Amino acid sequence: MLAYIIRRLLFAVPILIGVNLITFALFFMVNTPEDMARAQLGAKQTTPEMIAAWKADHGYDKPLFFNGEAPGLSKISDTLFVEESLKLFVFDFGQSDSGRQISADIYERMWPSLQIALPTFVIALVTNIALALLIVLFRGSVLDTASMMVAVAIMSVSGLFYIIAGQLLFSKIWHWVPISGYEGGWDGLKFVVLPVVIGVFAGLGSGVRWYRSLFLEEINKDYVRTARAKGLSEIKVLFGHVLQNGLLPILTGVVVVIPTLFMGSLIMESFFGIPGLGSYTIDAINAQDFAIVKAMVFLGSVLYIVGLILTDISYTYFDPRVRLQ
Amino acid sequence: MGSAKTNGLSVFLLSALLLFSVFSSVGCQALWNQPYSHAQIESSTLFSSFSEPPKHLDPVVSYSSNEWSILGQIYEPPLQYHYLKRPYTLEPLTLQTLPEVRYLNAAGQALQNNQTVAYSEYTLTLKPNVFYQPHPAFVMQDGRLKYGDLSEAQLKTIHSVADFKEQGTRELLAEDYVYAIKRMGLRQNHSPILDTMQHYIVGLREFSSLASEDYAAKIAGDPQVKNRFFDLRNYAISGVKVIDKYRFSIRIKGEYPQFLYWLSMNFFAPIPWEAERFYKQPGLVAKNITLDTSPVGTGPYYLAENNPNKRMRLVANPNFHDEFYPVDGLAEGADAALLNDAGKKLPFIKEVVYTLEKESVPLWNKFLQGYYDASGVSSDSFDQAVSIGAGGGMQLTQEMQDKGIGFLTTVQPTIMYLGFNMADPVVGGYSEQQRKLRQALSIAVNYDEYITIFLNGRGVAAQGPIPPGISGYQTGQAGLNPYTFEWQNGRAQRKALEQAKRLLAEAGYPEGRLPDGSPLTLYFDTPATGPDSKAQLNWYRKQFAKLGIELVIRATDYNRFQDKVRGAKAQMFVWGWNADYPDPENFLFLLYGGNAAIHTNGAGINSANYDNPEFNRLFEQIKTMADSPERRDLIAQMVAIAQRDAPWVWGFYPQSLALYHGWYHNVWANPLANNTLKYKRIDAAQRTAMQQQWNQPVIWPLILVFALLLLAVYPLYRAYRARQTKRLVATEERF
Repeated sequence: MLAYIIRRLLFAVPILIGVNLITFALFFMVNTPEDMARAQLGAKQTTPEMIAAWKADHGYDKPLFFNGEAPGLSKISDTLFVEESLKLFVFDFGQSDSGRQISADIYERMWPSLQIALPTFVIALVTNIALALLIVLFRGSVLDTASMMVAVAIMSVSGLFYIIAGQLLFSKIWHWVPISGYEGGWDGLKFVVLPVVIGVFAGLGSGVRWYRSLFLEEINKDYVRTARAKGLSEIKVLFGHVLQNGLLPILTGVVVVIPTLFMGSLIMESFFGIPGLGSYTIDAINAQDFAIVKAMVFLGSVLYIVGLILTDISYTYFDPRVRLQ
Repeated sequence: MGSAKTNGLSVFLLSALLLFSVFSSVGCQALWNQPYSHAQIESSTLFSSFSEPPKHLDPVVSYSSNEWSILGQIYEPPLQYHYLKRPYTLEPLTLQTLPEVRYLNAAGQALQNNQTVAYSEYTLTLKPNVFYQPHPAFVMQDGRLKYGDLSEAQLKTIHSVADFKEQGTRELLAEDYVYAIKRMGLRQNHSPILDTMQHYIVGLREFSSLASEDYAAKIAGDPQVKNRFFDLRNYAISGVKVIDKYRFSIRIKGEYPQFLYWLSMNFFAPIPWEAERFYKQPGLVAKNITLDTSPVGTGPYYLAENNPNKRMRLVANPNFHDEFYPVDGLAEGADAALLNDAGKKLPFIKEVVYTLEKESVPLWNKFLQGYYDASGVSSDSFDQAVSIGAGGGMQLTQEMQDKGIGFLTTVQPTIMYLGFNMADPVVGGYSEQQRKLRQALSIAVNYDEYITIFLNGRGVAAQGPIPPGISGYQTGQAGLNPYTFEWQNGRAQRKALEQAKRLLAEAGYPEGRLPDGSPLTLYFDTPATGPDSKAQLNWYRKQFAKLGIELVIRATDYNRFQDKVRGAKAQMFVWGWNADYPDPENFLFLLYGGNAAIHTNGAGINSANYDNPEFNRLFEQIKTMADSPERRDLIAQMVAIAQRDAPWVWGFYPQSLALYHGWYHNVWANPLANNTLKYKRIDAAQRTAMQQQWNQPVIWPLILVFALLLLAVYPLYRAYRARQTKRLVATEERF
């Protein structure tokens, strides 16, 4: 398995170089270093001297991919792309274009994101599976039909509506929890409740429908019939056998998400004032802060690759037939 | 079965009772939706918000209003604006008196007989006993900074400035102001006003070249130098001198009376060298602990917490010098209660908590719950907050009045305008025909309507480039733009569309047609590409269509838009200007030919490329004049020239609208002053009482939900049992 993981990690290198290449090309296609300087300097009257100084100070005075004036290999190495990309591969994100340490910012902002995303993820997973199994238990009944109608209705409404309606109902009218805000640790429980409840509820429709269809595929298989023939109750059949065998497709969608949980949610964090990573990339794009954009795109790609590897590894634990070679 | 039913009912009732008693008891003590701690709520703490995290808190770099609203409370430049007086009036802040000015000849000696002023020398004398906030940078040990060379072990426990065990202070010295100007001069600090100040401060350009080149050479040898202290005390600016402990002088080229206004800005706030020495340690830079994130000032507050993505917290500076609430200067029409605290020591508020609120909906709702002390009004909540009275004036709705909310409206020293590119062959130019085309468009583009539709009435249609509150602005008929408006029934009325059509015909475009009969097509460049802008762009189309002119919208991203305007490639565009200081020069220079983008390789501020020799001559005259009736006469002439040439459709002066709760006192709008927090006062007891009244939790829905869940369990259990039995029976029958 170790060889497999090493091979997958090596495969990741050209993928990450490619992602980086695209990020550089796309960003500089839209923003020139002069534009970036103007956005960062924020002066009402930006002079060419100010722009030149800013570019030199931030390394944007170098060519992007090819330095025609440099000798030999430096034509390639003495470029913005190579210099910045190499730093990324050792996770040296450096300073943002506005002067803040990106690593420190990511570290500081990932915890609030996790504080919302992790409970939402766990509670949603458990709730969705439990409700799906419950609906499967009553399959073909009025409850099943009604549940599916409710699920479709929940899916059909925008997540933004749940946020605004939730804030209106639970915070403004009933005064149960603060409308927005954030505190770390247990003090922050009251701030976390509403975004988590809304996050779980908003995903309920699609989650329950997805898991229900997975379990319905399993319910008519031979091992289920055998379990029933042994006299097991339907609850034991569902939670003891169907759930276990239905885990593999669940893992495919779930494990890959785990490493990216700390990247946060843009809308949720904006509305609830959560100081997470959700808006970090978008804000950086708006501010034309390339240092943050490239760091976050790179980090997102790394995490996605890690998620896929973890998914493969998790298969071996839940399905003894799977072997990674 | 009966026993099971009884047990279920008992469990339900007991649970409901328990739930009710828990909620009731909790409800009596604390509010569930209270976002702050009890201690904060009951103390003299102001709760405010910010929508955009500040990027820079280094005073020589920062140039945004959201950053200045924080920095203004921490740093103290030499001068400030009187809180209450109108027109805006400068007064000493850390100085004993306003700077003394001496005019010098080319030899640097006092002027004799009718010599031309070659230099103006400002001497600034500081008040004694002004001390910095407590800060680790000032802690000395054996004649050296105790925390000047932090070890890895020391850094491990440091996450903010507050983590240092010892905090020190020292007195404000003249050299701190000089050091700040030197920091401005270091090109690598990217001060936005360096190039402007180089024109005025003697020796700044030479200092900047020398120091910046030396610094660049050091960085080239070792990039880590950026994170280490570069001692600017080793360099000198010939025109900026420390005279003694409390006095320093700044020599300016020629005359520049507006320089005093610059001295009220944070660019000229003092920086102790120890602070820069302290922060320039790689270990602190790696933790985002820098002068750009953790300011060190002498002001009424210090920044106790800085998480720009969550919360900024200001705490009253225990070392703040004696400063007292103004005893006079109440502006005409201002509430007399503003002088209730006259003569009292400042500041009143002990702590200020700014919370990041990116969205307007939660911000507004929290304001209504009493968790923010003041709020602006977004378009979404405008109708809930404000109604327009029969006379067209704004008044609070009954709901707001019942909550004891007050409101304050002020016309901002800002202008938004539609600019014509004067270098454009169609809309530009100075011939009578070209002028008439612009005048016709100025009548047709009805900004009164725009203000009503898009700003909920929050704006005043502009008559010229100078907004209210700035010297040179004239009210009533005297200030009327006679080319666009006429004076009727005691007020300015936009001219009838027929007059615009007549002017258009005289311009050579009858009914908006070219001589060959095809429609006149004009181009409007805008960075507004989102769906929200669609209505506004359609409105602009309609305004031009009233004259039969076809308007083509060229929407692009902001970068390209700026490029087009700078390169004089945009025909028409909308732009605005916010006053740096309350002098008409700060608006008229937007129309000065020497500042035209087309003449300055895009660097000039005159985006319309307006270049009228007579206007330019008058501008050069008034630029160096102090405010006087003669100057105001010249300004009136300049405004008249600009109104006739119409290089802009004089758009509107935006009006701010702020709401505040009844417990928030001394609220007064001073758009040019950034340090007004020290004058405000909070009645914490009244706030607590109101919050309790407005935020009691409503418990019945919780009990209902709980009851419904309990009630649902039993039928589900019954249904499950029935299915299980049925399945068994079916299975048995099959056998």
